[in-house]
Amino acid sequence: MTLLAGISSLSLARWQFGVTTVFHFLFVPLTIGLAFLVAILQTAAYKKKDAEYDRMARFFGKLFLVNFAIGVVTGIVQEFQFGMDWSRYSTFVGNIFGAPLAIEALLAFFMESTFIGLWIFGRGRISPRLHLASIWLVSIGTMLSAAFILAANSWMQHPVGYRIDKATGQAVMTNFWAVMTNPTFISAYLHVITAAVLTGATFLLGIAAWHLRKGSTVAGFGRVARIGIVVVLLSTVATMFMGDNQARLMTTQQPMKMAAAEALYNTTDGASFSLLTIGDLSGNPVFQIRVPHALSLMATNSWNGKVEGINQINAQESAKYGKGSYAPVLWISYWSFRLMIGFGFLLLALGVIGIWLMRRNKLEQSKRYLWFATWMIGAPFLANSFGWIFTEMGRQPWVVNGLMKTTAGVSPIGTGYIGTSLIGFTALYTVLAIVEISLMFTLARRGPGALPDAPATSDDADRPAALVY
Amino acid sequence: MSTALLATAGPSGLAIFWFALIGVLWVGYFFLEGFDFGVGILYPFVTKDDLDRRVLVNAIGPTWDGNEVWLLTAGGAMFAAFPLWYASVFSGFYLALFLILVALIARGMAFEFRGKRDSVRWRFWWDQAIIFGSALPALLWGVAFANFLHGVPIGAHGEWVGGFFQLVKPYALLGGLTTLSLFTLHGAAFLGLKTTGEIRERSRAAGMRLAIPTLVITLGFLTWTYLDAVHRNHHGLVPPFLPILALIVLASVGWLIREKLEGWAFIATGITIAGLVATIFLAMYPRVLVSSVAPRFDLTIANAASQHYTLMVMTIVALIFTPFVLAYQAWSFWVFRSRVSRPDEMAGEMATGAPTAPQDA
Ligand code: HDD
Ligand code: HEM
Ligand code: HEM
Repeated sequence: MTLLAGISSLSLARWQFGVTTVFHFLFVPLTIGLAFLVAILQTAAYKKKDAEYDRMARFFGKLFLVNFAIGVVTGIVQEFQFGMDWSRYSTFVGNIFGAPLAIEALLAFFMESTFIGLWIFGRGRISPRLHLASIWLVSIGTMLSAAFILAANSWMQHPVGYRIDKATGQAVMTNFWAVMTNPTFISAYLHVITAAVLTGATFLLGIAAWHLRKGSTVAGFGRVARIGIVVVLLSTVATMFMGDNQARLMTTQQPMKMAAAEALYNTTDGASFSLLTIGDLSGNPVFQIRVPHALSLMATNSWNGKVEGINQINAQESAKYGKGSYAPVLWISYWSFRLMIGFGFLLLALGVIGIWLMRRNKLEQSKRYLWFATWMIGAPFLANSFGWIFTEMGRQPWVVNGLMKTTAGVSPIGTGYIGTSLIGFTALYTVLAIVEISLMFTLARRGPGALPDAPATSDDADRPAALVY
Repeated sequence: MSTALLATAGPSGLAIFWFALIGVLWVGYFFLEGFDFGVGILYPFVTKDDLDRRVLVNAIGPTWDGNEVWLLTAGGAMFAAFPLWYASVFSGFYLALFLILVALIARGMAFEFRGKRDSVRWRFWWDQAIIFGSALPALLWGVAFANFLHGVPIGAHGEWVGGFFQLVKPYALLGGLTTLSLFTLHGAAFLGLKTTGEIRERSRAAGMRLAIPTLVITLGFLTWTYLDAVHRNHHGLVPPFLPILALIVLASVGWLIREKLEGWAFIATGITIAGLVATIFLAMYPRVLVSSVAPRFDLTIANAASQHYTLMVMTIVALIFTPFVLAYQAWSFWVFRSRVSRPDEMAGEMATGAPTAPQDA
């Protein structure tokens, strides 16, 4: 195969991975967050025998299921595309990377999928307690699955517990415990889970706010909005705290990533750059700083203070791994990092203002806040996506940090194949996104009044089953 | 990757155990999702109106996702235990796998989405997704597995040197037809077991009509497989009783369905599926993927396996957790064991209207 063809397979494979994974991760955090919050609502309904909580648990449960379905089907692609597009990578890392993936399926996916079935179809067929336990097990399953996949991903960021086998050239595992307690993993896990809860809480709040603004008299929406505000605030703070922790870890483990992300923070000595730093940290005049600096960074790759940082690291890495460029695409690192944090601060504002309105008992009256809350539903999705783009693109040119370059990981197959599947998945995912978003809108607006048939409530399992779907 | 990748000595016991376990996972997958696929394929043939179609979706609704996880576990286990196998199979069968994934996405979405909007057109398109999303993988999995055994163009380092259309050959197509017909029959038996009234009757009729053609196709495929394995592979372990048992059991299915013994018929199609997959795995042994270029490029249990430590970790995890998984999955089948009926057949004893508040039963 010619070098040229190899290069274009690579970029097609990278695009495909980026498109399918970012898409999968649009639904994942909402699934994790909503499963948890719906479980809490259903617990409240169960404990207090409260019809309002029950109505809310069912309403958001319906939305949760629509989202869950897409998370599941797009996840199947994730499982197999390592082998499809990254076969050399898979051969290289399989000894280590494969284990958490397999364990994830065994421990987490079986649990999620079985108990989601019991939860959907079990209402009235199993006891309310078991039904409640089902949604909790689904929630635990989603969090477990996040753990294993993130352990695998963290190993790519910061390989531990391995050695390179001389005979085969593969990375082989020497310490599973080290892989599962990788500090990179622990830190990323807490950040991702808190971000997922934040995603769910913003969703709850935003939809409740829409109904409140439309003057809904369903009492549950007021309560849900309040729960949403409290959880938004707590989880934003937690996400930021964990993110800060990650940043410090990253500086020691992946200094190049930090140099790329932070470059503009430290250029306070350069005139135009200092504005940018301040602007950024306060999270508001993003527009002022945007064009000139980002463009000069990405185009010329020349810096003042920070340039040296990247060059020095590059020199070190060149000495270690051979001459070359070891920097990621700077503008992507730069902007994705800033956007993630920026949306984080917007969400903090959402929480803080919400608490303030709540305490003054003005939540229902503040149409502007309710409007803002509804629009903010999109913010965590953007922050999540930018976070991953930053993490993954910031690791480039490595696919496994310091061990394997992305160029070496791609499958030795023709561009025709990868091109076909890239176009195919992109087209399919576009359709899915349109269908799902429009369905979500319809269901969310319709509100809990229009919940479809509930099956009968006796648990006589020998009688013919009622239709749920 | 160095050339030494393909040059290791005989397989370890642990690697053989994982080869067997992966075989069991594929058996589980085809047994379970096999009937889901069958239900989807029978969809246009056994339903007359929307309510019928809802009955079918509800018959597999609670369990289809759990069934599909067997596939994910099989894939994950291949990745972890035999990285080179996983890498070669999934990059080599690229387009087939792409089509399977598209199909699985479409049908998975369809189950959850079709009932969520009250529109004939909406449901019509999701119904198409269920039909084609079931038929396509049922066919393609057979094609892929037949190719595993018959040989695919892999060269040094387990890397693919041929194109997609080399996978389309008579033997592989016969393999595809075998899984397609067998899964459909399995689905018919399942529907006979899980539904009532006219749907059950139509499913039984479909099953009786399918039984003989399925037997003929499977007989052809297993005979070819057996001859092929003996011919090409002197060290494979294909005990002839296995395919013969599979065929004898399969031969009884038509009669069992006619006698309304759908439970037994379902077990019989299940045994046939297990026998088929086991035959393929045993015929491959000790290889995992046969090279049509040269035997020295075959991927074997020995040269594709992960190292001892990884296999050990996986074994411990599997031994601890598999019993739990099997227990709760079986329990969920038990919870949903009753038949699914059209509401209008159910003597009006059941409210399907207004949402009800939670009650302690
Ligand atoms: C932080 C969490 C997270 C991350 C980074 C990923 N996923 Fe995911 N995945 C989930 C969290 C999750 C989940 C929340 O657990 C899902 C969403 C819906 C569901 O059922 O589980 C899921 C579903 C899901 C499924 C379907 C399971 C089923 O049928 O029930 C598969 C096969 C994968 N994922 C595989 C992957 C792979 C190979 C990834 C890496 C590229 C990946 N996921 C990234
Ligand atoms: C779910 C959240 C994730 C997102 C949004 C994400 C996103 C991305 C993006 C944007 C790329 C870069 C594509 C490109 O270079 O153009 C990438 C690459 C990659 N990521 Fe992730 N990723 C995620 C999780 C993971 C996880 C959990 C793993 C491993 C378990 C992983 C493994 C990889 C691999 C193998 C590549 C290929 C190298 C490359 O394309 O550059 N990613 N990912
Ligand atoms: C002050 C706020 C935040 C800081 C300081 C921060 C910090 C970080 C850092 C340093 C990383 C990269 C870790 C690495 O590559 O090793 C990261 C990744 C990520 N961030 Fe944030 N973050 C913040 C807010 C948010 C918010 C609000 C969200 C989502 C709602 C979010 C979601 C993510 C995700 C999904 C990733 C990728 C996964 C990972 O590597 O953990 N972050 N964050």
